[in-house]
Amino acid sequence: MVPARDGLALAAVLFAIGLAGLLARRNIIFILMSIEVMLNAAGLAFIVAGQRWGQADGQVVFIFILAMAAAEVSVGLALVLELYHQYKSLDVDAASRMKG
Amino acid sequence: MSLTFYIAAVVAVAATSLAVTRLNAVHALLYLIVSLLAVAVVFYTLGAPFVAALEVIIYAGAIMVLFIFVVMLLNLGEEAAREERVLLKPSMWIGPGVLAAILIAELVYLVTAGTTTSNPAPAVAPVRVGMTLFGPYLLGVELASMLLLAGLVAAYHLGWHRPSRPEAR
Repeated sequence: MVPARDGLALAAVLFAIGLAGLLARRNIIFILMSIEVMLNAAGLAFIVAGQRWGQADGQVVFIFILAMAAAEVSVGLALVLELYHQYKSLDVDAASRMKG
Repeated sequence: MSLTFYIAAVVAVAATSLAVTRLNAVHALLYLIVSLLAVAVVFYTLGAPFVAALEVIIYAGAIMVLFIFVVMLLNLGEEAAREERVLLKPSMWIGPGVLAAILIAELVYLVTAGTTTSNPAPAVAPVRVGMTLFGPYLLGVELASMLLLAGLVAAYHLGWHRPSRPEAR
């Protein structure tokens, strides 16, 4: 039996790697990938907690996270294509100025 | 055994940190897929086989295919084909291949060793997950369907608006 502490530690490490990537990278594809890593780490934390108590709720919440990640990535990648079409660049700093 | 959990955890952390630090999107995607597969093995060792299967099918399958579509859409033409030959040269496959081989070895061990020794964690059966999902969480299922519909409409709108813009102006 894996102690819940180690599972949560793994989730925290994966989340930290995703957060570091999100903050450090300027390419929008890498930013979306880092968000995926962070969502996955959050789901892992739910699974670990659910298994700790032997309940199915953790897995149910993971399924919701999965649906949310799928919706998020479809919209995000459509925005990537739009950004590339408008600025001919994948650098998020290219779109840092708002039209106002 | 919990050793399988720790091996898969190390593979997950290594693959994720490699994915985030790669300079090239295709290389990063290769490592990210390995990372998701490692997390799926972690789920399996924790005693959640249904979610492990979902992780492979939806995350490593569907979502990563979307990423690869977009990466490939963004660079088309002769130059991209030449570039791709350089990017996907055989040495590039060594890193993800080794990490994936560790995961396969672990999976073979877990399956052949049987459920009694390899999986001491009390597994939550998929039946219970389904009963909970469509029991107390039924409202959440409906909300998730609304969210997916909204995502579908938004992606369609963003993708369709693009070609019609020049003639509108």
